[in-house]
Amino acid sequence: MNIDFSPEEQAFRDEVHAFLQDELPQDISERVKLGLHLEKEDYVRWQKILNQRGWVAPNWPVEYGGTGWSSTQKYIWENERTMAGAPEVIAFGTKMVAPVIYTFGTDEQKEQFLPDILASNVWWCQGYSEPNSGSDLASLRTSAVRDGDDYIVNGTKTWTTLGQYADWMFCLVRTGGPEVKNQQAISFLLIDMTTPGITVSPIYLLDGTREVNEIHFENVRVPVSNRIGEENEGWTYAKVLLTHERTGTANVANSKSRLASLKERAAQSPLATDPIWQQKVADAEIELLALEYTELRTLAAVSTGKAPGPESSILKLIGTEVLQAIDELNVELAGYYGSAFVPEQFEPDYNDIMIGPDQTANSAPTYFNHRKTTIYGGSNEIQTNIICKAILGL
Amino acid sequence: MDFSYNEEQQMLKDSVGKFVSQDYDWDSRRAIVDSDSGYSSAHWKLFADLGWLTVPFLEADGGLGGSAVDLIVVMEEMGKGLVVEPFMANTVLAGGLLSALADSGQKEALLAPLMAGELQLALAFAETENRYELNQIACGGEINGDTLVINGHKSMVLNGGVAQQLLVAIRTSGKPGDDSGISIALVDASAAGVNRKEYTTVDGQRAADIWFESVSIPVTALVGADGGALSALQATIDRAALAVCAEAVGAMQVSLTKTVEYSKIRKQFGVSLSTFQALQHRMARMFMEVEQAKSILLMAAMAMDHAGGYAPRELSAAKSRIGKAARKVSQESVQIHGGIGVTDDLDVGHYFKRLTSIQYLFGSTDWHTRRFAAA
Ligand SMILES: Cc1cc2nc3c(=O)[nH]c(=O)nc-3n(C[C@H](O)[C@H](O)[C@H](O)COP(=O)(O)OP(=O)(O)OC[C@H]3O[C@@H](n4cnc5c(N)ncnc54)[C@H](O)[C@@H]3O)c2cc1C
Repeated sequence: MNIDFSPEEQAFRDEVHAFLQDELPQDISERVKLGLHLEKEDYVRWQKILNQRGWVAPNWPVEYGGTGWSSTQKYIWENERTMAGAPEVIAFGTKMVAPVIYTFGTDEQKEQFLPDILASNVWWCQGYSEPNSGSDLASLRTSAVRDGDDYIVNGTKTWTTLGQYADWMFCLVRTGGPEVKNQQAISFLLIDMTTPGITVSPIYLLDGTREVNEIHFENVRVPVSNRIGEENEGWTYAKVLLTHERTGTANVANSKSRLASLKERAAQSPLATDPIWQQKVADAEIELLALEYTELRTLAAVSTGKAPGPESSILKLIGTEVLQAIDELNVELAGYYGSAFVPEQFEPDYNDIMIGPDQTANSAPTYFNHRKTTIYGGSNEIQTNIICKAILGL
Repeated sequence: MDFSYNEEQQMLKDSVGKFVSQDYDWDSRRAIVDSDSGYSSAHWKLFADLGWLTVPFLEADGGLGGSAVDLIVVMEEMGKGLVVEPFMANTVLAGGLLSALADSGQKEALLAPLMAGELQLALAFAETENRYELNQIACGGEINGDTLVINGHKSMVLNGGVAQQLLVAIRTSGKPGDDSGISIALVDASAAGVNRKEYTTVDGQRAADIWFESVSIPVTALVGADGGALSALQATIDRAALAVCAEAVGAMQVSLTKTVEYSKIRKQFGVSLSTFQALQHRMARMFMEVEQAKSILLMAAMAMDHAGGYAPRELSAAKSRIGKAARKVSQESVQIHGGIGVTDDLDVGHYFKRLTSIQYLFGSTDWHTRRFAAA
């Protein structure tokens, strides 16, 4: 057992560090460090830079454009990336649909979709949840009925993150009749968002941002060739994707850099010498250290060939708890300014006076927004149920 | 021992409660929040007509009597509807300090129109660097003969954008950290050298940052003795803290009720959420939090009345405990609602936001825990 980096790994870290220093646009890293939202253009610009270097998708197999990094190298990358303030690559294309396409898709599908995902030419969104199917996803009702070479899709998807930007959606639809058991009636479709019959309407979150959407399908024609794998086998593919999604959610590197920034800012506050504050910060830091090693253990197991199992639920559960604890510490540090809500002052064209010390004024909106993290991606209650059933056998 | 409201308090509760349930539905509130002024002047006039604006004041000043219990009766009901009209900021905070410090001439000029609903005031006390320690006030006031010149910056002045007159906590002698040397000046909000920037707060209310640049006023605009305002200021802020504690209790009750109701309606896996024991236990815990919050609120209000208005240890106990309850109840209500809990559309998230702000107003939960321990 040992945790030291080899000389090669240290050289890799230097290489990553230098790349980020040279190539990461400053306007983007500043917004990331302040915890502000990015525009579509920011994400695309950064991903194109990464793609030049071939570093978009560390988790993909090399043959499709992955980096071929060891788990240690991925760990180094994540740490350096977050410390530098580089945004995470939007997950919908690279981390969610791509693994399904390269694992279960046809050669034509791989060719059609994977290069554009890497190059950020196409924006993807995830069409799983429906108004009446959240935690119980398999009960979904959006239907796809076969008509010649097409499916005709009708129904409503909701909570679709950044769907307003999306060119394509990966979507779970019901292809089996009502007599078929839910999990065996679902197919996995790729839907071009410009197809007639699709309406996208905004949903605003507690911080006032349009982060999610409701999407209606009225007689939308989707070619059968856009189905992944077999009809009625979509649930199996989606499950693979869900475990992939969960491993990314520990947020260790991100939480580390946010904690470091919190401590730096708190040093100038009278709070810095307050024992209650010191204990709260220490508690968060200690929990994060344990989580970091839990994640490393999981990654080490994966690198020896095991698929990420139900243990990844721990990463999601505790990762989001730590993230939310840091959010609350940020609000606490802001004190009275925690209540100020002046989002326009973070826009590039704002030229009035700033309200509140830098980096505090957005703390409460961020805290509100991040409540989503214990709800989405399989809520923390559902993750707990998974641990009960799949691990403890309860 | 008697925990029941007297007849007058029951009438007050019914009257505010009726207003909230009949005139303050969610769409009406939203329209008010989005309006230019951020509050409804028609509602404000109604508050005056119904006598609510006299509640925080002594009979000698023309008020209802100024008891802490009366105050929490009003605020708890307002909390149920997340009322944004500036009752707490204008009447309890600014009005409360006036009633503690002002001379009879100042009271006559200001308190009567305040209670009649014709005057908006704000108390400017917070400063960027001070957190919650009032003796750290630095905003400078320099007395030269008959004039007082103010220079400095005040943060997060509740109701500061619409206020016609400002009560400004300034330092006329000594240095930050000294208990003496803090004074209150009455400044016309339109005076030369006063610059305001109004903004919304995360909970749909309004506040302003205010800059004073060589604002020159007559020395007679001091409210109370020069340099001796700290204890009255702390007592007034404690009273406002009690008010938001009561507001929190009202808001928590609604959050709990809405969560329990929703859990019965929302179905997943073919059953209501309310059938999952994991969620049942958490709602039971929310209920216990609300009850504990209510108890400690009554304790603090009665202690304040008993002590002639100021009971720092008991107030801090209440603010600390209610802060913890507000955190727990509001977070759980969002979580149990799932996705719609984090949307702007649904009221539950707005209760969560107000319950969050209250935790950090007039001393955070931890600040009051510390103050309790030291008392
Ligand atoms: C900001 C945001 C972005 C999202 N982005 C996307 C997206 O891009 N694409 C997409 O498809 N979906 C997305 N989602 C949807 C998300 O996956 C769902 O919100 C989630 O699955 C929960 O479903 P629900 O909101 O319907 O809550 P419900 O399922 O109604 O759950 C309500 C509450 O009950 C609890 N609960 C449910 N079942 C049980 C049980 N058996 N035992 C104990 N507790 C239980 C839940 O944990 C939750 O606390 C997003 C959601 C949010 C909030």
